Amino acid sequence: MNIVVCVKHVPDATGDRRFEADNTVDRVGVDGLLSELDEYAVEQALQLKEKREGEDITVTALTVGPEKAVDAVRKALQMGADQGVHVIDDAVAGSDYLGTSLVLAKAVDKIAAEQGPVDLVLLGMASTDASGGVVPAMVAERLGLPQVTLASVVETQGDQVRIKRDGDTATEVIGGTMPLVLSVTDQSGEARYPSFKGIMAAKKKPLETYTLADLGVDAGEVGLGASWTEVVETAERPPRTAGEIVKDEDGSGASALTEFLASKKFI
Amino acid sequence: MSEVLVLVDHVAGAVRKPTLELLALAKRLGEPAAVFIGSAEHAGEATAKLAAYGAEKIYVVDDAEIRGFLVVPKVEALQQIAAQANPAAILLVSSAEGKEIAARLAIRLESGLITDAVDIAKDGTTTQSVFAGSYTVAAKVTRGIPIITVKPNSATPVETAGAGTVEQFAVTISDAAKTAQIVAAQPRQATGRPELTEAAIVVSGGRGTGGDFAPIEALADALGAAVGASRAAVDSGWMPHSYQVGQTGKVVSPQLYVANGISGAIQHRAGMQTSKTIVAVNKDEEAPIFELVDFGVVGDLHTVLPAATEQINQRKG
Repeated sequence: MNIVVCVKHVPDATGDRRFEADNTVDRVGVDGLLSELDEYAVEQALQLKEKREGEDITVTALTVGPEKAVDAVRKALQMGADQGVHVIDDAVAGSDYLGTSLVLAKAVDKIAAEQGPVDLVLLGMASTDASGGVVPAMVAERLGLPQVTLASVVETQGDQVRIKRDGDTATEVIGGTMPLVLSVTDQSGEARYPSFKGIMAAKKKPLETYTLADLGVDAGEVGLGASWTEVVETAERPPRTAGEIVKDEDGSGASALTEFLASKKFI
Repeated sequence: MSEVLVLVDHVAGAVRKPTLELLALAKRLGEPAAVFIGSAEHAGEATAKLAAYGAEKIYVVDDAEIRGFLVVPKVEALQQIAAQANPAAILLVSSAEGKEIAARLAIRLESGLITDAVDIAKDGTTTQSVFAGSYTVAAKVTRGIPIITVKPNSATPVETAGAGTVEQFAVTISDAAKTAQIVAAQPRQATGRPELTEAAIVVSGGRGTGGDFAPIEALADALGAAVGASRAAVDSGWMPHSYQVGQTGKVVSPQLYVANGISGAIQHRAGMQTSKTIVAVNKDEEAPIFELVDFGVVGDLHTVLPAATEQINQRKG
């Protein structure tokens, strides 16, 4: 069985995040890391492999991005993925969801062409930078596959996949048949830390680099120029004006709170 | 004037509030045309409501054949309606389902997609709030039919009668669309409180509750609010995940957000920073949440909230 986990290298949310002059996210001048939400996808791929011991299962970590993005793949390899693929091409920079999903889908096709059919494409529920949460569905659309998304629990048996998810109005159990696209939430299970052994082993794992040409993607189909959306302007939100902060002494806090809510007509 | 399609989000025919907000936004861009996908028996209730909130046209798609299948049949229905109507834009609610439908539709219609808009101007320029609310982004779709998902509470529903002309629309759904299926669904137990993402007021609790959400719930009920929780409270098992506000939970944008015993980590801020008014109660005066607030009380939520709740109930009395 072939599992491809898509991982994204994102600016560290606890550090500075900013835009460049062309309104794309600054991915080079800031600290980056494997998106936390993708760690859960890597974890689920590894758990699936462990649960189905005895089967021949290959977990491939796939990323698209500039040079530093390979760190996301390395982290996945350290956690236990078997091999890595990094799509790197200057023309990709500034791609929107459509461009990104095209490159990912073509890379999955290439992995399948070289190593046999891909049964499962696993993703995090969203990235921690753009946080759109639409790429899993788009990759599924481009690959012509069903999607089961936002899983908090994943179970498989043979080619059957069952997930549980917390919908807006109901908790649902969703079923599908592989091949399919699966996305998981942070509820699916804590992601493991790479062990020392894992870190050492990762250095010897295969890591391939693809260009757009390797994937048969025309540079004109992706990148900022081919984006079907245009960012007109980005602006740092002015800091919220400092609010009034009171100390509660002998019940004064409750009265002040009630007064504030009443003054804003919330009562 | 061109039609602007609005995919109706409903539960058994009861139209949810974010859809009414979309109708108000659609009116800015053209002629609001709602797309109702549901059972025939629920269509009447929905169409009446949609017309009352400005829908000029309502496409009704009977879902008898496609109920229980995920996302793709709705994509195909919208694709076929778009082919006939050639709309100026397609608006959906920024829910998990809304975004996934939009995602697949964008590829099929070769159209640009903007997610999580908090506003749409007359010319179609959207406003988004990104990086946990620290930046705003103005964007527009440059190719195809703009497909835009809009966060709940981004506009005020306007009660204004539209023609509400109903067109029964027969869709052809491919077999490939019927692959991923809802096997079982357990509706969330009714709490009697507003739904978290739709609520005008949200009262949330975090680690500082120590697991006791009674003061949170009592204040919420006094204010007619929804109850939320931080990731710390959910991870501790005090509240179910469906209550979680934050990047990996619900993203809310209410008129008033009251954070109690919540420090204000970036994950939480990403889920509530666009709230119009923010209030916090926390013992720790150094808590980062106080950087965001319009009003804050440094104090123990277990004494402040019950006292405030009592005063609020008296005033309402």
